[in-house]
Amino acid sequence: MYDDVFIHLKDRSKEDEVADININTVNKYFGDVHVIKDVSLDIKSQSFTVLVGPSGCGKSTMLRMIAGLEDINSGTISIDGQVVNDLPPKQRNIAMVFQSYALYPHMTVFDNMAFGLKLEKRSKDEINERVNEAARILQIEDYLQRKPKQLSGGQRQRVAIGRAITRKPKVFLFDEPLSNLDAALRVQMRVELAKLHNELEATMIYVTHDQTEAMTLADDIVVLDTGIVSQKGSPLELYDKPNNMFVGGFIGSPKMNFISSKILSKSSDATEVDIMGMSKISVSKMSASSSEGDSVTLGIRPEHLIVNGDADGSWESKVFVVEKLGDVTYLYLEKDGEPLVAETEGHSEIKVGDTVKVGFPAGRCQLFDSSGQAFK
Amino acid sequence: MKKISLSSILSQLLLLFFVIVWIIPTFGLFISSLRDKDLLAISGWWTALTTTEINEIYRMSGMESQIEEDGYFKIKGTLFEENSGKKIESFGINSKKINEFKIGDIAIFKDESEVILDEDGNYEWRSKSEFQKKKGKRLFTTSLSPPSFTFENYREVLFKEGIGRAFINTMAVALPSTLIPLIICSFFAYSLTWMRFYGRDTLLAIIIASLVVPLQMSLIPILTIYNDFGAIFGVAAKSYPGVWMAHTGFGLASTTFLLRNFLKSLPNEMMEAAKVDGASHYDIFLRIIIPLSIPAFASIFILQFLWCWNDLLVGLVFLDQVPSEIILTAKLKELLGSRGENWEILTTGAFVSMTVPLFIFFALQRYFIRGLVAGSVKG
Amino acid sequence: MTILNLLFIVFLGILFFIAYFHISNYLLDSYGGRSVKRYNFENSIRVIVFIAPAFIVLFIFILYPVFETIRLSFYDKFGREFVGLYNYKWAVNDPEFRRSILNNLVWLLVVPTLSTFFGLVIANLADRIWWGSIAKSIIFMPMAISFVGAGVIWKFIYEYRGPDNTQIGLLNAIIVSLGYEPQAWLTIPIWNNFFLMAIMIWIQTGLALVIFSAALRSIPKEMLEAARIDGASELKIFFSIIIPYLEQTILVIWTLITIIVLRIFDIIFAMTNGEWQTGVLANLMYDWMFRGGGDSGRGSVLAIVIMIGVIPILAWNLYKHRQEQKI
Repeated sequence: MYDDVFIHLKDRSKEDEVADININTVNKYFGDVHVIKDVSLDIKSQSFTVLVGPSGCGKSTMLRMIAGLEDINSGTISIDGQVVNDLPPKQRNIAMVFQSYALYPHMTVFDNMAFGLKLEKRSKDEINERVNEAARILQIEDYLQRKPKQLSGGQRQRVAIGRAITRKPKVFLFDEPLSNLDAALRVQMRVELAKLHNELEATMIYVTHDQTEAMTLADDIVVLDTGIVSQKGSPLELYDKPNNMFVGGFIGSPKMNFISSKILSKSSDATEVDIMGMSKISVSKMSASSSEGDSVTLGIRPEHLIVNGDADGSWESKVFVVEKLGDVTYLYLEKDGEPLVAETEGHSEIKVGDTVKVGFPAGRCQLFDSSGQAFK
Repeated sequence: MKKISLSSILSQLLLLFFVIVWIIPTFGLFISSLRDKDLLAISGWWTALTTTEINEIYRMSGMESQIEEDGYFKIKGTLFEENSGKKIESFGINSKKINEFKIGDIAIFKDESEVILDEDGNYEWRSKSEFQKKKGKRLFTTSLSPPSFTFENYREVLFKEGIGRAFINTMAVALPSTLIPLIICSFFAYSLTWMRFYGRDTLLAIIIASLVVPLQMSLIPILTIYNDFGAIFGVAAKSYPGVWMAHTGFGLASTTFLLRNFLKSLPNEMMEAAKVDGASHYDIFLRIIIPLSIPAFASIFILQFLWCWNDLLVGLVFLDQVPSEIILTAKLKELLGSRGENWEILTTGAFVSMTVPLFIFFALQRYFIRGLVAGSVKG
Repeated sequence: MTILNLLFIVFLGILFFIAYFHISNYLLDSYGGRSVKRYNFENSIRVIVFIAPAFIVLFIFILYPVFETIRLSFYDKFGREFVGLYNYKWAVNDPEFRRSILNNLVWLLVVPTLSTFFGLVIANLADRIWWGSIAKSIIFMPMAISFVGAGVIWKFIYEYRGPDNTQIGLLNAIIVSLGYEPQAWLTIPIWNNFFLMAIMIWIQTGLALVIFSAALRSIPKEMLEAARIDGASELKIFFSIIIPYLEQTILVIWTLITIIVLRIFDIIFAMTNGEWQTGVLANLMYDWMFRGGGDSGRGSVLAIVIMIGVIPILAWNLYKHRQEQKI
């Protein structure tokens, strides 16, 4: 459906498409509060990069600094090789989609999308062409003469995206655009955004607190934790090899299980740890700074635990909550501190009060030292 | 909720009481403005509403109107104006016995001349000998006067007596004195809300402080400035532009304050989206702020316009009290001091001066109220 | 000046300001930054363009005059010779001045309080009656007319004719019909002030009413309904719920009307011109601005006394503003 329309867009010159973004030891203070601490990032041209993290981690601030809506206290941000620290937004060739859509309520949808172009003093024909194109992509052609208040949330979101598309920027910036939509709409829009990225082949930087959005949309995920980059990598990298407990616990739903444990012994290529006094397991990961007897945290995702089966290590406990989701069932097992969550088949017959054995496959276990750093 | 309870009835009665007390004064003026000008000064306005008994003194015509008829020298005439509708009940020929005679009686004067009077005020005064005096004798009448109204006063006032010109002068003062502050203060308020510059907070604090400064603090120095300005440049110290700027100065703080409060309520992200779209501050101002601020502009326009239209002090100090510059309030004040000769002008003039505010009030009450409330109730 | 001339300068006056803003901004936009340096420069100029007219007006019409008036109060009547506290001493000893201050104080005590009170009562009454909005409009209407206009209206209430004549003032007509002697209300010392105040209350109650009405609507309905279900009488609800909830609003309205009353000039000027001891500070000041060629020293002292009245309110406003900025 998009092919014929997008041939035109794809024919942009190479020049338009190259837009690396280099963030170099950037710092940001709000008053005395240090919100961005020596952050350095390289964002590849045409990639879809997601900045993710809990509220207050600084992801929106980072995005706004790239946009030019916030000042940078120290460090540089470059777009396409040019340092843009002191350039106003309009000269950075970026477009932004806001969480609250920020449409102009007194203008029609058409005028909203044409606003930037009118300011650039483009010809009427060109404006018409670009706006209609964008409207077709986003399937909002029927609404062009309506005002924002006559539209639903999802439609307004598309208009906001359309406003960004018509400007043909080097970089698209998204600030939690799906947060205000209901769940079903969010899933639908996610798919549309992914398609959009493939077709437009533009650099997109996307901010969200929802790890599902991050996992599904991103080429690269940047996890931010109170102003510093916790880890940067592809979704699967972050899933399989989290650098620290923060990333391990943030990515993946339901959350990774964290079990207090102790190093029983070390060898040249493995560490043996205890599983809550019931068994031990040897994990092929090392940490130079840890020694026998140290406390560590054992991490294992619910989906990797083997219910009522054997593995390299195992443990047993009583089930006190059973969540049936149809395709899977989650079992909550009693243990000290947080319950252990294990995933099993959807039609499992296990019920509350049953004692269940869970197996720990060594290859899927993560180890974290006392400061939260992962064993490699 | 629609229970008819005792407390509800009492409340309604109490409210009714307030309403009546509040409306009577204005009602009175309105009735007065529609009354015959001679009656205005001698009887209460409420008498115009019902048939009332009034005592009057008339003077019959003198020797110049006499004719000879049936062997008598007669002076015929009529006491009342056409269509006055008054009906005489009784009359007298001397001030001590004003009800001596009824209609149909023949009243005999000391000089033996006689007069008969019909109830419509037509008299026939006859004497065996020629009338010698230029001035006719007086008749004291007691008549019933029905409710009567006339637009004569309005006709007179609108085209004479300077009220019409004063109306135009007032408009020539009020309109610019409202538009100029609006223009200047909208840019000012915008900059206080969305521009960052050194001293912004101090400026804002000064505005807040200026809100309560009485204009009396500024009168003398500004008058001096205007006088000096006039002397140096050879122009009149008192002039329309002078009044406009004075009103702008006095209205600056409140206009800016109200506009800023409004602007703060506009979503910040929309402004940022515009910046990202490439808009300069002026673009944002023209294309986004102004269209969205129309309701606020309307309210502030009304408030400032009424304030200037109704003002007296500034108009007295900064304009000459000559017909080409005097404003309605000053004109009214002049008339108010008179003894009663010009009261028909006073009443109608007052009402004419009120037409504009009252029209704005009734047509745009919502915006008027919104403006007042916006300045006081916070959230 | 003919009407046509007048129209012309009105048009010019307004056009001047529109032109200033449009031309200066247009120039700035065209010149505007390709480079970083230009952009910053453009920004600073833009700020100046936006605030210059307002700032100039602010300076000339408010800031400068405040300080100049203070200075003038220490100088002679022409503003040339320094006379120290002479004008102040004169004021303290001048019977007219003392009378004016007294009158102002009485006005300040009575008018804001009664207007606020009536406004509050009427707002509550009108709130739940179906013809309430009409009632509110009627009571609010006097706010639209000028003080002089109000003076004309009330002239026909207070007017006095000799005891043998027909009374044309409503008040006297009522008094006479009840069998009493008519009075020249506005000339009776002490009492005449209250008759003038009645006019002001007649006007300002509307302001209080309108603001209270808006505030009443912000009281959560559930609170009132819960109280009614619990069996509280309307009167109890009024005193225990509504008034505490509106405390802040009551204060704001009371302050607002106080500020207006401090400057009161028109009504007294139009109806008695300050005669019969009705004068307040503003009247006295107006007098001294023009009496005997104008005495700027004495006039300034009077202005300052009026200003002193607002200083507590000014301080409180600034304090509130600071609090809000911190949030």
